[in-house]
Amino acid sequence: MLAMAQRIVILGGGTGGTLLANRLRRRLDRATEIVVVDRDDRHVYQPGLLFVPFGLERPDRIVRSRAQQLHDGIEFREAEIDRLDADSSTVCLRDGSTLDYDVCVIATGADLLPEETDGLTGPGWGESIFSFYTLDGATALRDRLQMFTGGRLVVNVVDMPIKCPVAALEFAFLADWHLTRLGVRGDVEITYATPLDAAFTKPVAADHLAGMLERKGIRLQAEFATGRVDSERGRLVSWDEREIPFDLLVAVPLHGGAGFVARSPGLGDELGFVETDLHTLQSRRAPNVFAIGDATNLPTSKAGSATHFEAEALSENIAALLAGEPLQGSYDGHVNCFIESGFHKAMLIDFNYEQEPVPGRFPEPHVGPLPLLRESRLNHLAKLAFEPLYWNVLLPGHGVPGLGSDLDLAGKQLAPTHQGGAR
Amino acid sequence: MSTLTYAGTPVDVDPEGFMTDPGQWTEAIAAEIAAANGIDALTDRHWQVIRFMREAYLTKGAAPSIRTLGKASGVPIKELYELFPKGPAKLAAKIAGIPKPRGCI
Repeated sequence: MLAMAQRIVILGGGTGGTLLANRLRRRLDRATEIVVVDRDDRHVYQPGLLFVPFGLERPDRIVRSRAQQLHDGIEFREAEIDRLDADSSTVCLRDGSTLDYDVCVIATGADLLPEETDGLTGPGWGESIFSFYTLDGATALRDRLQMFTGGRLVVNVVDMPIKCPVAALEFAFLADWHLTRLGVRGDVEITYATPLDAAFTKPVAADHLAGMLERKGIRLQAEFATGRVDSERGRLVSWDEREIPFDLLVAVPLHGGAGFVARSPGLGDELGFVETDLHTLQSRRAPNVFAIGDATNLPTSKAGSATHFEAEALSENIAALLAGEPLQGSYDGHVNCFIESGFHKAMLIDFNYEQEPVPGRFPEPHVGPLPLLRESRLNHLAKLAFEPLYWNVLLPGHGVPGLGSDLDLAGKQLAPTHQGGAR
Repeated sequence: MSTLTYAGTPVDVDPEGFMTDPGQWTEAIAAEIAAANGIDALTDRHWQVIRFMREAYLTKGAAPSIRTLGKASGVPIKELYELFPKGPAKLAAKIAGIPKPRGCI
Protein backbone atom coordinates (compact mmCIF):
# COMPACT_ATOMS: atom_id res chain seq x y z
CA MET A 1 0.00 0.00 0.00
CA LEU A 2 1.27 3.43 -0.92
CA ALA A 3 0.12 6.23 1.37
CA MET A 4 -0.44 9.53 -0.38
CA ALA A 5 1.88 12.07 1.22
CA GLN A 6 -0.06 15.13 2.23
CA ARG A 7 1.26 18.51 3.31
CA ILE A 8 -0.18 21.03 5.75
CA VAL A 9 1.32 24.51 5.53
CA ILE A 10 0.75 26.75 8.53
CA LEU A 11 1.49 30.41 7.96
CA GLY A 12 2.62 32.01 11.21
CA GLY A 13 4.42 30.51 14.20
CA GLY A 14 2.73 32.46 16.99
CA THR A 15 0.20 31.18 19.49
CA GLY A 16 -2.28 29.75 16.96
CA GLY A 17 0.19 28.36 14.44
CA THR A 18 2.33 26.71 17.10
CA LEU A 19 -0.37 25.06 19.15
CA LEU A 20 -2.23 23.91 16.06
CA ALA A 21 0.92 22.43 14.47
CA ASN A 22 1.67 20.54 17.68
CA ARG A 23 -1.89 19.25 17.99
CA LEU A 24 -1.92 18.12 14.37
CA ARG A 25 1.48 16.45 14.70
CA ARG A 26 0.15 14.28 17.50
CA ARG A 27 -3.13 13.59 15.73
CA LEU A 28 -1.94 12.74 12.22
CA ASP A 29 0.41 10.03 11.05
CA ARG A 30 3.93 10.90 9.99
CA ALA A 31 3.16 10.58 6.29
CA THR A 32 1.47 13.96 6.62
CA GLU A 33 4.06 16.67 6.42
CA ILE A 34 3.61 19.82 8.56
CA VAL A 35 5.46 23.03 7.71
CA VAL A 36 5.29 26.23 9.74
CA VAL A 37 6.39 29.45 8.04
CA ASP A 38 7.29 32.64 9.87
CA ARG A 39 9.39 35.70 9.04
CA ASP A 40 11.47 35.43 12.21
CA ASP A 41 12.32 33.04 15.04
CA ARG A 42 11.15 35.24 17.92
CA HIS A 43 7.99 34.07 19.69
CA VAL A 44 6.80 36.81 22.05
CA TYR A 45 4.53 35.96 24.98
CA GLN A 46 2.23 38.85 24.18
CA PRO A 47 0.29 38.99 27.48
CA GLY A 48 3.65 39.86 29.09
CA LEU A 49 3.91 43.12 27.13
CA LEU A 50 1.41 44.82 29.44
CA PHE A 51 3.72 44.34 32.43
CA VAL A 52 6.96 45.54 30.83
CA PRO A 53 6.24 49.31 31.10
CA PHE A 54 5.80 48.97 34.87
CA GLY A 55 8.97 46.97 35.41
CA LEU A 56 6.92 43.91 36.36
CA GLU A 57 8.27 41.81 33.49
CA ARG A 58 11.68 41.82 31.82
CA PRO A 59 11.56 42.18 28.01
CA ASP A 60 14.09 39.38 27.39
CA ARG A 61 12.14 36.96 29.57
CA ILE A 62 9.05 36.90 27.32
CA VAL A 63 10.77 35.95 24.05
CA ARG A 64 11.70 32.43 22.99
CA SER A 65 12.58 30.63 19.76
CA ARG A 66 9.56 29.79 17.61
CA ALA A 67 11.23 26.66 16.23
CA GLN A 68 11.89 25.30 19.70
CA GLN A 69 8.17 25.40 20.56
CA LEU A 70 7.42 22.99 17.70
CA HIS A 71 7.37 19.22 18.20
CA ASP A 72 9.74 16.89 16.35
CA GLY A 73 8.48 16.16 12.87
CA ILE A 74 7.38 19.74 12.17
CA GLU A 75 9.48 21.72 9.72
CA PHE A 76 10.11 25.39 10.57
CA ARG A 77 10.75 27.64 7.60
CA GLU A 78 11.97 31.21 8.17
CA ALA A 79 10.69 33.22 5.21
CA GLU A 80 8.54 36.20 4.25
CA ILE A 81 5.23 35.31 2.64
CA ASP A 82 4.44 37.01 -0.64
CA ARG A 83 0.97 35.67 -1.39
CA LEU A 84 -1.31 32.69 -1.35
CA ASP A 85 -2.63 31.34 -4.64
CA ALA A 86 -5.78 29.51 -3.61
CA ASP A 87 -6.56 28.26 -7.13
CA SER A 88 -3.34 26.27 -7.37
CA SER A 89 -3.02 25.60 -3.59
CA THR A 90 0.39 27.24 -3.47
CA VAL A 91 2.06 29.67 -1.09
CA CYS A 92 4.56 31.97 -2.79
CA LEU A 93 7.44 33.12 -0.61
CA ARG A 94 9.42 36.34 -1.00
CA ASP A 95 12.63 34.46 -1.81
CA GLY A 96 10.95 33.18 -4.96
CA SER A 97 10.32 29.65 -3.74
CA THR A 98 6.87 28.10 -3.45
CA LEU A 99 5.16 25.66 -1.10
CA ASP A 100 2.33 23.47 -2.37
CA TYR A 101 -0.23 22.42 0.19
CA ASP A 102 -3.18 20.11 0.67
CA VAL A 103 -4.33 22.26 3.57
CA CYS A 104 -3.18 25.77 4.43
CA VAL A 105 -3.86 27.50 7.76
CA ILE A 106 -3.44 31.24 8.08
CA ALA A 107 -2.17 32.08 11.55
CA THR A 108 -0.31 35.27 10.80
CA GLY A 109 -2.09 37.36 13.45
CA ALA A 110 -2.62 41.08 13.27
CA ASP A 111 -0.09 43.72 12.23
CA LEU A 112 0.17 47.10 13.94
CA LEU A 113 -0.39 50.09 11.67
CA PRO A 114 0.61 53.18 13.70
CA GLU A 115 1.60 55.04 10.53
CA GLU A 116 -2.05 54.98 9.36
CA THR A 117 -2.92 57.58 11.99
CA ASP A 118 -1.75 61.04 11.00
CA GLY A 119 0.90 62.37 13.39
CA LEU A 120 1.09 59.29 15.60
CA THR A 121 4.58 58.26 14.49
CA GLY A 122 5.70 61.85 13.92
CA PRO A 123 8.18 63.91 15.99
CA GLY A 124 6.81 62.87 19.41
CA TRP A 125 6.96 59.11 18.74
CA GLY A 126 9.15 57.53 21.39
CA GLU A 127 9.31 60.79 23.38
CA SER A 128 5.79 61.71 24.44
CA ILE A 129 3.91 59.13 22.34
CA PHE A 130 4.24 55.37 22.89
CA SER A 131 2.60 52.04 22.28
CA PHE A 132 3.22 48.99 24.46
CA TYR A 133 2.02 46.53 21.79
CA THR A 134 5.59 45.75 20.68
CA LEU A 135 8.56 44.69 22.78
CA ASP A 136 10.55 47.78 21.75
CA GLY A 137 7.59 50.07 22.41
CA ALA A 138 6.87 48.56 25.82
CA THR A 139 10.54 48.84 26.79
CA ALA A 140 10.81 52.48 25.67
CA LEU A 141 7.63 53.29 27.59
CA ARG A 142 9.10 51.69 30.73
CA ASP A 143 12.05 54.08 30.54
CA ARG A 144 9.78 57.07 29.98
CA LEU A 145 7.39 56.12 32.81
CA GLN A 146 10.27 56.05 35.27
CA MET A 147 10.70 59.77 34.72
CA PHE A 148 7.01 60.65 34.59
CA THR A 149 6.09 62.34 37.83
CA GLY A 150 3.24 64.61 36.84
CA GLY A 151 0.99 65.78 34.00
CA ARG A 152 -1.67 64.38 31.73
CA LEU A 153 -1.49 60.71 30.80
CA VAL A 154 -3.88 59.73 28.02
CA VAL A 155 -4.52 56.10 27.11
CA ASN A 156 -6.16 55.82 23.70
CA VAL A 157 -7.54 53.03 21.54
CA VAL A 158 -7.41 54.53 18.04
CA ASP A 159 -10.01 52.17 16.57
CA MET A 160 -11.19 48.59 16.72
CA PRO A 161 -10.47 45.80 16.15
CA ILE A 162 -7.41 45.43 18.39
CA LYS A 163 -5.64 42.49 19.98
CA CYS A 164 -6.77 41.89 23.54
CA PRO A 165 -9.45 44.60 23.69
CA VAL A 166 -9.09 44.90 27.48
CA ALA A 167 -5.32 45.59 27.42
CA ALA A 168 -5.68 49.35 27.14
CA LEU A 169 -8.00 49.41 30.16
CA GLU A 170 -5.57 47.22 32.06
CA PHE A 171 -2.80 49.64 31.18
CA ALA A 172 -4.84 52.52 32.68
CA PHE A 173 -5.53 50.49 35.85
CA LEU A 174 -1.89 49.49 36.25
CA ALA A 175 -0.72 53.05 35.59
CA ASP A 176 -3.00 54.25 38.41
CA TRP A 177 -1.42 51.64 40.72
CA HIS A 178 2.15 52.33 39.57
CA LEU A 179 1.81 56.09 40.05
CA THR A 180 0.17 55.55 43.45
CA ARG A 181 3.13 53.41 44.54
CA LEU A 182 5.52 56.14 43.39
CA GLY A 183 3.53 58.67 45.42
CA VAL A 184 2.78 60.90 42.43
CA ARG A 185 -0.75 59.78 41.53
CA GLY A 186 -2.15 63.10 42.77
CA ASP A 187 -0.04 64.95 40.21
CA VAL A 188 -1.18 62.88 37.25
CA GLU A 189 -4.49 63.13 35.45
CA ILE A 190 -5.34 59.86 33.66
CA THR A 191 -7.81 59.81 30.77
CA TYR A 192 -9.03 56.71 28.93
CA ALA A 193 -10.21 57.65 25.43
CA THR A 194 -12.05 55.06 23.34
CA PRO A 195 -14.04 55.09 20.10
CA LEU A 196 -16.62 52.79 21.72
CA ASP A 197 -19.72 54.25 23.34
CA ALA A 198 -18.71 52.71 26.69
CA ALA A 199 -15.68 51.32 28.52
CA PHE A 200 -15.97 47.94 26.77
CA THR A 201 -17.79 46.25 23.90
CA LYS A 202 -20.21 44.22 26.01
CA PRO A 203 -22.83 46.01 28.17
CA VAL A 204 -22.68 44.21 31.56
CA ALA A 205 -18.87 44.14 31.64
CA ALA A 206 -18.77 47.74 30.36
CA ASP A 207 -20.82 48.88 33.36
CA HIS A 208 -18.50 47.07 35.80
CA LEU A 209 -15.41 48.48 34.10
CA ALA A 210 -16.80 52.03 33.98
CA GLY A 211 -17.39 51.79 37.75
CA MET A 212 -13.78 50.68 38.25
CA LEU A 213 -12.46 53.59 36.18
CA GLU A 214 -14.51 55.99 38.27
CA ARG A 215 -13.34 54.53 41.58
CA LYS A 216 -9.74 54.86 40.44
CA GLY A 217 -10.26 58.46 39.35
CA ILE A 218 -9.61 57.70 35.67
CA ARG A 219 -11.62 59.90 33.32
CA LEU A 220 -13.54 57.97 30.64
CA GLN A 221 -13.84 59.71 27.27
CA ALA A 222 -16.14 57.49 25.20
CA GLU A 223 -17.06 57.93 21.51
CA PHE A 224 -13.70 59.56 20.79
CA ALA A 225 -12.70 58.55 17.26
CA THR A 226 -9.05 59.58 16.88
CA GLY A 227 -8.39 61.33 13.59
CA ARG A 228 -4.86 62.59 14.19
CA VAL A 229 -2.22 63.37 16.76
CA ASP A 230 -0.79 66.86 17.05
CA SER A 231 2.44 66.08 18.85
CA GLU A 232 3.75 69.65 18.81
CA ARG A 233 0.76 70.92 20.78
CA GLY A 234 0.32 67.65 22.66
CA ARG A 235 -3.22 67.11 21.49
CA LEU A 236 -5.19 64.04 20.47
CA VAL A 237 -7.69 65.25 17.87
CA SER A 238 -10.87 63.41 16.87
CA TRP A 239 -12.29 63.26 13.36
CA ASP A 240 -14.94 65.76 14.45
CA GLU A 241 -12.26 68.13 15.82
CA ARG A 242 -12.58 67.54 19.55
CA GLU A 243 -9.27 67.62 21.43
CA ILE A 244 -7.72 65.88 24.40
CA PRO A 245 -4.48 67.43 25.69
CA PHE A 246 -1.68 65.08 26.78
CA ASP A 247 1.83 65.15 28.17
CA LEU A 248 2.22 61.40 27.71
CA LEU A 249 0.13 59.48 25.17
CA VAL A 250 -0.09 55.69 25.25
CA ALA A 251 -1.87 54.67 22.07
CA VAL A 252 -3.08 51.32 20.83
CA PRO A 253 -2.59 51.80 17.06
CA LEU A 254 -4.82 50.57 14.26
CA HIS A 255 -4.52 46.88 13.43
CA GLY A 256 -4.74 45.10 10.10
CA GLY A 257 -4.13 41.62 8.75
CA ALA A 258 -0.75 40.46 7.45
CA GLY A 259 0.33 42.13 4.21
CA PHE A 260 0.21 38.97 2.08
CA VAL A 261 -3.55 38.65 2.69
CA ALA A 262 -4.18 41.85 0.74
CA ARG A 263 -1.94 40.49 -2.06
CA SER A 264 -4.02 37.31 -2.28
CA PRO A 265 -7.24 38.09 -4.17
CA GLY A 266 -10.50 37.22 -2.43
CA LEU A 267 -8.86 36.10 0.80
CA GLY A 268 -9.38 39.00 3.19
CA ASP A 269 -11.71 41.86 4.04
CA GLU A 270 -10.86 45.56 3.62
CA LEU A 271 -8.64 45.47 6.71
CA GLY A 272 -6.73 42.37 5.59
CA PHE A 273 -8.36 39.92 7.98
CA VAL A 274 -9.21 36.54 6.47
CA GLU A 275 -12.90 36.07 5.75
CA THR A 276 -13.59 33.03 7.90
CA ASP A 277 -16.59 30.83 8.61
CA LEU A 278 -17.73 31.51 12.20
CA HIS A 279 -17.90 27.85 13.16
CA THR A 280 -15.82 25.65 10.81
CA LEU A 281 -12.99 28.25 10.59
CA GLN A 282 -12.73 27.54 6.87
CA SER A 283 -11.81 30.56 4.77
CA ARG A 284 -14.52 31.74 2.40
CA ARG A 285 -11.99 31.68 -0.44
CA ALA A 286 -11.28 27.94 -0.66
CA PRO A 287 -12.33 24.84 1.28
CA ASN A 288 -8.73 23.77 1.99
CA VAL A 289 -7.71 27.14 3.44
CA PHE A 290 -8.46 27.78 7.12
CA ALA A 291 -7.67 30.59 9.52
CA ILE A 292 -7.12 30.83 13.26
CA GLY A 293 -6.75 33.55 15.88
CA ASP A 294 -6.10 37.22 15.26
CA ALA A 295 -5.75 36.67 11.50
CA THR A 296 -9.48 35.94 11.13
CA ASN A 297 -12.34 38.40 10.75
CA LEU A 298 -14.44 36.48 13.30
CA PRO A 299 -16.72 38.64 15.48
CA THR A 300 -15.00 37.57 18.67
CA SER A 301 -12.06 39.01 20.62
CA LYS A 302 -8.59 38.86 19.15
CA ALA A 303 -7.18 36.99 22.12
CA GLY A 304 -5.00 34.00 22.87
CA SER A 305 -7.86 32.23 24.63
CA ALA A 306 -10.07 32.45 21.52
CA THR A 307 -7.18 31.05 19.48
CA HIS A 308 -6.73 28.20 21.93
CA PHE A 309 -10.43 27.28 21.84
CA GLU A 310 -10.52 27.52 18.03
CA ALA A 311 -7.66 25.05 17.74
CA GLU A 312 -9.77 22.15 18.93
CA ALA A 313 -12.48 22.56 16.28
CA LEU A 314 -9.85 23.41 13.68
CA SER A 315 -7.63 20.37 14.19
CA GLU A 316 -10.71 18.16 14.05
CA ASN A 317 -11.84 19.79 10.79
CA ILE A 318 -8.42 19.55 9.15
CA ALA A 319 -8.18 15.86 10.00
CA ALA A 320 -11.69 15.37 8.58
CA LEU A 321 -10.90 17.24 5.38
CA LEU A 322 -7.72 15.21 4.79
CA ALA A 323 -9.71 12.01 5.33
CA GLY A 324 -12.44 13.18 2.95
CA GLU A 325 -15.04 13.34 5.71
CA PRO A 326 -17.53 16.12 6.51
CA LEU A 327 -16.37 18.89 8.86
CA GLN A 328 -17.97 18.59 12.27
CA GLY A 329 -15.76 20.73 14.47
CA SER A 330 -17.59 23.90 15.46
CA TYR A 331 -16.21 26.90 17.35
CA ASP A 332 -18.74 28.86 19.44
CA GLY A 333 -16.87 32.18 19.80
CA HIS A 334 -15.66 31.31 23.31
CA VAL A 335 -13.15 33.73 24.89
CA ASN A 336 -11.96 34.34 28.38
CA CYS A 337 -9.67 37.11 29.56
CA PHE A 338 -8.09 38.21 32.77
CA ILE A 339 -8.29 41.95 33.34
CA GLU A 340 -5.45 43.14 35.57
CA SER A 341 -6.73 45.95 37.75
CA GLY A 342 -3.67 46.79 39.84
CA PHE A 343 -3.07 46.44 43.58
CA HIS A 344 -2.51 42.65 43.11
CA LYS A 345 -6.03 42.07 41.81
CA ALA A 346 -7.61 41.05 38.54
CA MET A 347 -11.02 40.35 37.03
CA LEU A 348 -11.93 37.48 34.78
CA ILE A 349 -14.50 37.47 31.97
CA ASP A 350 -15.85 34.49 30.00
CA PHE A 351 -18.11 34.80 26.95
CA ASN A 352 -18.88 33.68 23.37
CA TYR A 353 -20.63 34.83 20.16
CA GLU A 354 -24.03 34.80 21.85
CA GLN A 355 -23.46 35.21 25.58
CA GLU A 356 -21.90 38.40 26.95
CA PRO A 357 -19.69 38.29 30.09
CA VAL A 358 -21.73 38.07 33.31
CA PRO A 359 -20.97 37.29 36.96
CA GLY A 360 -20.47 33.67 38.03
CA ARG A 361 -17.64 31.27 38.88
CA PHE A 362 -14.88 29.74 36.75
CA PRO A 363 -13.90 27.18 35.58
CA GLU A 364 -16.23 25.01 37.71
CA PRO A 365 -19.79 26.42 37.82
CA HIS A 366 -20.75 27.60 41.36
CA VAL A 367 -17.39 26.38 42.71
CA GLY A 368 -14.76 28.40 40.89
CA PRO A 369 -12.35 28.96 42.43
CA LEU A 370 -12.12 32.05 40.25
CA PRO A 371 -14.90 34.67 40.41
CA LEU A 372 -16.17 36.09 37.12
CA LEU A 373 -16.59 39.82 36.53
CA ARG A 374 -15.30 40.67 40.01
CA GLU A 375 -11.88 41.80 41.18
CA SER A 376 -9.96 39.29 43.25
CA ARG A 377 -6.43 38.41 44.32
CA LEU A 378 -6.89 34.85 43.11
CA ASN A 379 -7.57 36.03 39.57
CA HIS A 380 -4.32 38.01 39.67
CA LEU A 381 -2.39 34.97 40.86
CA ALA A 382 -4.01 32.87 38.15
CA LYS A 383 -2.94 35.42 35.53
CA LEU A 384 0.65 35.21 36.78
CA ALA A 385 0.50 31.41 36.84
CA PHE A 386 -0.62 31.41 33.24
CA GLU A 387 2.77 32.22 31.73
CA PRO A 388 4.47 28.85 32.44
CA LEU A 389 1.20 27.19 31.43
CA TYR A 390 1.41 29.00 28.09
CA TRP A 391 4.87 27.68 27.21
CA ASN A 392 4.54 24.22 28.76
CA VAL A 393 0.92 23.21 28.26
CA LEU A 394 -0.90 25.45 25.83
CA LEU A 395 1.70 25.76 23.04
CA PRO A 396 2.56 22.03 23.07
CA GLY A 397 -1.11 21.57 22.23
CA HIS A 398 -2.42 20.03 25.41
CA GLY A 399 -5.79 20.93 26.89
CA VAL A 400 -5.68 23.04 30.02
CA PRO A 401 -7.13 20.91 32.85
CA GLY A 402 -10.70 21.89 33.72
CA LEU A 403 -10.97 24.23 30.76
CA GLY A 404 -13.39 23.22 28.01
CA SER A 405 -13.40 24.71 24.53
CA ASP A 406 -17.12 25.57 24.59
CA LEU A 407 -18.56 28.23 26.88
CA ASP A 408 -20.25 26.74 29.95
CA LEU A 409 -23.43 28.60 30.91
CA ALA A 410 -23.96 26.71 34.17
CA GLY A 411 -23.70 28.90 37.27
CA LYS A 412 -23.56 32.14 35.29
CA GLN A 413 -25.91 34.91 36.40
CA LEU A 414 -27.82 35.30 33.17
CA ALA A 415 -30.02 38.37 32.99
CA PRO A 416 -33.18 37.45 31.03
CA THR A 417 -32.97 40.62 28.97
CA HIS A 418 -30.34 43.27 28.84
CA GLN A 419 -30.91 46.37 26.79
CA GLY A 420 -28.46 47.14 24.07
CA GLY A 421 -26.93 43.82 23.14
CA ALA A 422 -23.39 43.78 21.80
CA ARG A 423 -21.91 47.21 21.29
CA MET B 1 -39.26 45.16 18.92
CA SER B 2 -41.41 48.18 18.17
CA THR B 3 -42.81 49.92 15.13
CA LEU B 4 -42.24 53.43 13.78
CA THR B 5 -43.94 55.04 10.84
CA TYR B 6 -41.79 56.71 8.17
CA ALA B 7 -43.16 58.10 4.91
CA GLY B 8 -46.53 56.64 5.79
CA THR B 9 -45.09 53.13 6.14
CA PRO B 10 -44.84 51.24 9.44
CA VAL B 11 -41.36 49.69 9.90
CA ASP B 12 -39.92 47.39 12.58
CA VAL B 13 -37.15 48.95 14.66
CA ASP B 14 -34.95 47.96 17.61
CA PRO B 15 -34.96 49.98 20.88
CA GLU B 16 -32.47 52.44 19.38
CA GLY B 17 -34.46 52.99 16.20
CA PHE B 18 -32.44 50.80 13.81
CA MET B 19 -34.63 49.01 11.27
CA THR B 20 -34.56 45.27 11.74
CA ASP B 21 -35.90 44.32 8.30
CA PRO B 22 -33.89 45.98 5.48
CA GLY B 23 -36.58 44.76 3.06
CA GLN B 24 -39.02 47.37 4.42
CA TRP B 25 -36.68 50.23 3.47
CA THR B 26 -37.36 52.78 0.71
CA GLU B 27 -35.53 55.94 -0.31
CA ALA B 28 -38.43 58.01 1.06
CA ILE B 29 -37.98 56.30 4.45
CA ALA B 30 -34.25 57.09 4.33
CA ALA B 31 -34.97 60.78 3.80
CA GLU B 32 -37.33 60.87 6.78
CA ILE B 33 -34.92 59.02 9.11
CA ALA B 34 -32.18 61.44 8.01
CA ALA B 35 -34.38 64.46 8.74
CA ALA B 36 -35.31 63.05 12.16
CA ASN B 37 -31.55 62.85 12.89
CA GLY B 38 -30.70 66.37 11.84
CA ILE B 39 -29.77 65.81 8.18
CA ASP B 40 -32.17 67.98 6.20
CA ALA B 41 -31.09 67.05 2.69
CA LEU B 42 -29.39 63.89 1.47
CA THR B 43 -26.76 64.77 -1.14
CA ASP B 44 -25.19 62.46 -3.74
CA ARG B 45 -22.31 61.88 -1.32
CA HIS B 46 -24.76 60.77 1.38
CA TRP B 47 -26.40 58.38 -1.07
CA GLN B 48 -23.03 56.94 -2.08
CA VAL B 49 -22.43 55.94 1.54
CA ILE B 50 -26.01 54.75 2.13
CA ARG B 51 -25.93 52.50 -0.95
CA PHE B 52 -22.52 51.15 0.03
CA MET B 53 -23.84 50.33 3.52
CA ARG B 54 -26.85 48.46 2.19
CA GLU B 55 -24.84 46.57 -0.41
CA ALA B 56 -22.26 45.55 2.21
CA TYR B 57 -24.92 44.46 4.67
CA LEU B 58 -26.95 42.51 2.14
CA THR B 59 -23.91 40.67 0.74
CA LYS B 60 -21.89 40.14 3.95
CA GLY B 61 -24.53 40.12 6.65
CA ALA B 62 -22.84 42.79 8.75
CA ALA B 63 -22.76 46.58 8.65
CA PRO B 64 -19.31 47.97 7.75
CA SER B 65 -17.23 49.77 10.37
CA ILE B 66 -16.03 53.34 9.95
CA ARG B 67 -12.57 52.09 8.91
CA THR B 68 -14.10 49.88 6.23
CA LEU B 69 -16.23 52.80 5.02
CA GLY B 70 -13.14 54.99 4.82
CA LYS B 71 -11.23 52.39 2.82
CA ALA B 72 -13.95 51.08 0.52
CA SER B 73 -16.92 53.46 0.16
CA GLY B 74 -15.00 56.10 -1.82
CA VAL B 75 -15.71 58.71 0.87
CA PRO B 76 -12.80 59.54 3.22
CA ILE B 77 -13.36 59.33 6.98
CA LYS B 78 -13.03 63.09 7.50
CA GLU B 79 -15.89 63.68 5.05
CA LEU B 80 -17.95 60.87 6.57
CA TYR B 81 -17.93 62.79 9.85
CA GLU B 82 -19.12 65.91 8.02
CA LEU B 83 -21.90 64.05 6.20
CA PHE B 84 -23.05 61.97 9.17
CA PRO B 85 -22.03 63.88 12.31
CA LYS B 86 -20.90 62.14 15.51
CA GLY B 87 -21.05 58.48 14.56
CA PRO B 88 -21.02 58.03 10.78
CA ALA B 89 -21.15 54.22 10.76
CA LYS B 90 -24.11 54.14 13.15
CA LEU B 91 -26.04 57.04 11.63
CA ALA B 92 -25.50 55.87 8.05
CA ALA B 93 -26.67 52.37 9.05
CA LYS B 94 -29.79 53.83 10.61
CA ILE B 95 -30.60 55.83 7.48
CA ALA B 96 -29.74 52.86 5.24
CA GLY B 97 -32.34 50.77 7.06
CA ILE B 98 -29.96 48.08 8.29
CA PRO B 99 -29.33 46.80 11.83
CA LYS B 100 -26.92 48.63 14.14
CA PRO B 101 -23.26 47.84 13.39
CA ARG B 102 -22.13 45.21 15.87
CA GLY B 103 -19.06 47.20 16.60
CA CYS B 104 -16.14 45.13 17.65
CA ILE B 105 -15.43 42.77 20.40
